[in-house]
Amino acid sequence: MHSVDMDLSIDKISKIEGHGQLDLKIRNGKVEELKFKITENKRFYTKAIEGKPFIAAPSLMSRICGTCSISHLLCCITAIENALNYEPSEQIKVLRKLTTYGLMIRDHALHLYFFSLPDVFEKDSILDFDPNNKKEHDMVHEAFAVKSAGNNLSKAIAGKAVHAPFPMVGGFTKIPDKETIKKSITELKEVRPLVFNLMRIFEEWPYALKRKTTFVAQKSKDFSFMDGPIVTTDGETIDKDKYTDYLERVVIPYSTATGYNFKKGNYFVGALARLNLNKEALHPNTKKDAARFLKWFPSDNVFDNNLAQAIEILHAIDHSIELLEKTEFKPEKLTIIKPKKCSGTGVVEAPRGTLYYKVDINETGVITHTDVIVPTQQNQINIEHDIKHFVEQNLTLNKEKMALEIEKIIRAYDPCMSCATHFLKINWL
Amino acid sequence: MPEQKKLKIGWFSFSCCEDSTIVFVELLNDHYKEWLPLLEFRHVNVLKSKNELSDIDVAFVEGAIANDKDEAELKEIRKVSKKLVAIGSCAVKGNPSNQRNDFDEEKKKHIQNFVTTWGLNEKVKTLKECVTVDDEVDGCPMNEEVFLNVLNKYLKEFGVVNA
Repeated sequence: MHSVDMDLSIDKISKIEGHGQLDLKIRNGKVEELKFKITENKRFYTKAIEGKPFIAAPSLMSRICGTCSISHLLCCITAIENALNYEPSEQIKVLRKLTTYGLMIRDHALHLYFFSLPDVFEKDSILDFDPNNKKEHDMVHEAFAVKSAGNNLSKAIAGKAVHAPFPMVGGFTKIPDKETIKKSITELKEVRPLVFNLMRIFEEWPYALKRKTTFVAQKSKDFSFMDGPIVTTDGETIDKDKYTDYLERVVIPYSTATGYNFKKGNYFVGALARLNLNKEALHPNTKKDAARFLKWFPSDNVFDNNLAQAIEILHAIDHSIELLEKTEFKPEKLTIIKPKKCSGTGVVEAPRGTLYYKVDINETGVITHTDVIVPTQQNQINIEHDIKHFVEQNLTLNKEKMALEIEKIIRAYDPCMSCATHFLKINWL
Repeated sequence: MPEQKKLKIGWFSFSCCEDSTIVFVELLNDHYKEWLPLLEFRHVNVLKSKNELSDIDVAFVEGAIANDKDEAELKEIRKVSKKLVAIGSCAVKGNPSNQRNDFDEEKKKHIQNFVTTWGLNEKVKTLKECVTVDDEVDGCPMNEEVFLNVLNKYLKEFGVVNA
């Protein structure tokens, strides 16, 4: 075993969002070089936003990422409203939760059914699922049904699933009508049973990769991904305004995205972290009906991120149904907020983990500085450590199998390269 | 029964947020059954690992071109594709991925180290500044209706469905 030598290069990691590569060099059974590279070209959003009025910022910043644009939109809005000391109404808070739930259902379903499920079925793609095989046919049908329910919920509440037009600083430009709400409730109830098949599949998938790391997530009281303190599995609780005291920026010379450590150690953000730290806050119906699956958490198996995402789909459906059924939506005008010189922080849980925005605004309402830290930047170093751990334990694999297995680990994280390369300050080492 | 002819498509992305890729995947929710017998997915990295960069009827390309490597790859796609369609605002008009083209001197100075280190070109280009583009589907994300019209046009033009 100790004589193993291997040079492996994965030029384009497939079935992820955006562009990534991996280089691996093994000599005499030791990993000499391992580079998980985010290769997306930077688009300099945090620089481009400087000089723009705050009212225009969320919509532009949502263009950082197609798939999680709603998280960028809402996090940027939150940061600006916090800066301006504006407290949104309870109705607006509900609408933002529903907007987020639509995103979580669609985005997690995309990852689980389209990116990870082919790994479970040992197929290259969901496009290869056999329409004449009942199980495979049903999975494809269920994939589209669940994804569609999330997509339609976002459309109903926020206007669109990608770059949603209704959520703004100061409220929503449109409040959903009764007919739209009724339709959404019906669709969510229809797809709910399908999520149990998804949870079963990922519970039964015998893949495991365990390594000690720290899990970090925002802990909201109702698991709504929108507020609460930042907590860790090391027992720390951090105020959102103090996040820069804990996150340590790391320039990775071969990656276009800056990485992050948490107090000098690598860490994990995302659905697995949220379930490990806050499963008690899930919707009562989710806790009752998914009790069997929730027993797996806390877990340090990175592949349980898939099961955690499936559970979050169920929670998003359950809480959305409750909110849609019990809320009497009333017309509400957008609040026009007076500008002032101020700074604010916004923190939300995006599908892939904690998303941080910090904005500075001048007295005329113009953005003077923005800092954004996205989940994939935070997971980047942890991914590399996990791959190294896996390779060292599996040196006998041939090159093709090694590449395949490494891609599965990367996919379990559901990385988003577009997000990771929006642009941050560069301190060249 | 003669074998159903398929339109051989590729879906590619360069500098952008991949919003149109997401819209395309969401369109599959309603069109998968209809498209599966009609489309051959030759190169769609977001959906499969085993991709073929050859013999493509229609290449749908999202994103703007920010460096020479991407421009060379785009030219290769053009070479192996009978038709090439620019998808979304970044591919069609360059923006918002080309925001840095209009940066003032101070902002340019701030990003210059990065531009040099990562081999980015001074200007971000649209697709048609690099290759011949046969059709455009504008929008941020792409306009779904226009995309469906373009796809249906090529399904007819390539004899996959009756004109």
